[in-house]
Amino acid sequence: MFTEFFYYLKGYGVPVSMNEWDALLDALEEGMTGASLTTFYYLCRAILVKTEAHYDRFDLAFASFFGDIETPEGMPDKIWEWLDKELPNIEITDEMRRNHRRIDFDEMKKMLAERLMEQTEEHHGGNHWVGTGGTSPFGHSGYHPEGIRIGGESRNLSAVKVAGERRFQEFRTDETLGVRQFQLALRKLRQFSSRVEGAKTELDLDATIDKTCDNAGRLELIWDRPRENNIKVLLLMDAGGSMTPHARLCNQLFTAVHQSNHFKDLKVFYFHNCIYDWLFHDPYCRLPDYTDTEYVLRTYDPEYRVIIVGDASMATSELTRAGGIIEWDLYNDKPGIDWLRRLRRRFEYSVWLNPIPKSMWEWSDGFMTIKRISEIFPMDELTVDGLDNSIKKLRTRSAVGVI
Amino acid sequence: MKKNMRYKGSADYIVSDELMNSVNIAIALQKPLLIKGEPGTGKTMLAQSIADSLDMDLIIWNIKSTTKAQEGLYVYDTVQRLYDSQFGEADVANIKKYIKLGKLGEAFTADKQVVLLIDEIDKADMEFPNDLLWELDQMSFYIPETKETVAAQQRPVVIITSNAEKELPDAFLRRCIFHFIAFPDVATMERIVRVHHPNVEKKLLNEAMEAFYTVRNVPNMQKLPSTSELIDWLQALVVGGISPSKIKQDLPFLGVLLKKNEDLDNLLNQLYNRGQSRGNTITSSLNRYRV
Repeated sequence: MFTEFFYYLKGYGVPVSMNEWDALLDALEEGMTGASLTTFYYLCRAILVKTEAHYDRFDLAFASFFGDIETPEGMPDKIWEWLDKELPNIEITDEMRRNHRRIDFDEMKKMLAERLMEQTEEHHGGNHWVGTGGTSPFGHSGYHPEGIRIGGESRNLSAVKVAGERRFQEFRTDETLGVRQFQLALRKLRQFSSRVEGAKTELDLDATIDKTCDNAGRLELIWDRPRENNIKVLLLMDAGGSMTPHARLCNQLFTAVHQSNHFKDLKVFYFHNCIYDWLFHDPYCRLPDYTDTEYVLRTYDPEYRVIIVGDASMATSELTRAGGIIEWDLYNDKPGIDWLRRLRRRFEYSVWLNPIPKSMWEWSDGFMTIKRISEIFPMDELTVDGLDNSIKKLRTRSAVGVI
Repeated sequence: MKKNMRYKGSADYIVSDELMNSVNIAIALQKPLLIKGEPGTGKTMLAQSIADSLDMDLIIWNIKSTTKAQEGLYVYDTVQRLYDSQFGEADVANIKKYIKLGKLGEAFTADKQVVLLIDEIDKADMEFPNDLLWELDQMSFYIPETKETVAAQQRPVVIITSNAEKELPDAFLRRCIFHFIAFPDVATMERIVRVHHPNVEKKLLNEAMEAFYTVRNVPNMQKLPSTSELIDWLQALVVGGISPSKIKQDLPFLGVLLKKNEDLDNLLNQLYNRGQSRGNTITSSLNRYRV
């Protein structure tokens, strides 16, 4: 049953490994759950889940796996109070076992209902009334082979209920989140200059001291190459009208990229719907203020990580036809898709982030162009998870297929 | 390790059952406990409380952006040795004298079991947690200079806090017990405040709490006020002799709750706009704080 839960968790996207599973089994062997599902729930969560972002997935998995364990609901509050008492263990003898008539569940529920009607006070011990200890079929901490446990240690319902509440939903990372979360994701985009290239400009204090000691006190300075982040980023953002609903989201990404001061270089350009001969310097995409795409393609070295943000939704003609550009006063003699292909071929580290949720790609207005463009660029949705994914792709050269 | 060692919270620190559970799991399984949560939810205080309740010494290792894992283990003072060798003041043949144990080393060599707090581990470089994997797993490390192995006599109870500024590596996480401190609800908050201000007036407390949660619920705040800010604010209200009935109306000493200019503007804006439509009196008094 437990092993199944392991795969269940994996199925729900909680990354559990054998290490943690072992630790959990150890803890269970030490009897740390105290036979209570609630404690078991917290034990599992503490050991198996390593970030609050996965609490929600864990809750879902737990609730659906253990969800069919139920205790009778709607007990009068007073019964709970009577039962809320600690009692010493009782010895169970064979004789006691024999004394108990087997009762089927329905009959027992009826009995319980009747007894609830009759009972007016607390009972502990004894064999008839609802209470703690004793051998009545109803209550907890007592003994009855098939009794109904009411409250006490095994608070099944509450664990499933706690899980069912999904209090940690807001921590899910596949939700779109704020600037800070984007920043965290972007921090993963770094690559240190190797220690074998570059000028030796940094005084290596430890080596200097060691060397000086070796020389019996005659000073000898040792220089080393500094370690710094080598990543250069080229951010291309769609500023077209269809992006307006996503403005806030893109803003957050933009702020995050800008505040990430660990890049060696950051260049930002804007485009309107699709990329043609011009890459604009501001979101208004006005003519005199641009850099030739041709120039960027020729002079920027292929080590630049290219992040394109856009909804990839446009009329098919804007993408595939010469002169398809949406602006009246401009004319493109090469179709946009050619430019995109050239960009992709030049910059092998490149991704496309789409603010439209992935589940909508096939249904949104721009499904045709989304499909065409995602064949050229690896496309992800603009969420923290999507960005994470993209960053992984940006760290390794992804193969450029036939495009 | 004593089997029956259980953490039950201490008088000056209110601990939720969940957190208490996690602490006890970590102690029983002898694994480090990683605590995450909003700033000001008492992550650092927890270690003190555990030390108090289990009657152990607390060793704090504060992590800064420049901290290296090695510093926690030991530092070999080569400069001192060089100095001594030149001036012949001491016996430089004994390298041991120049090995200074770091906080982790201190915790390992302590005679009695201690609580080791590694505070704000996310401040350090990305590789920092990875460099400590073996040491935290085995609770021992090797000093090549003296060819000695420092091993923990009693595995310390290790508490690690993080503000989630950086993601921690998976390999590190796998070795930890994880707990996320959720923001306390009103009832818990009242108990926490009572610990710090046992004599505060009921009415003042209620009004202040209500105002506090209102502020927290204002959308688009960058830095939400947390427990420690509420406690400071109450202190300010008491010292300032503010009458309880005025708190919600005036929101005095807002600077104690909100630390960012943008947040202050945001709050005043929200209240102002809402006030306009309802003709609320809050706004007129609040406008005095707009500069």
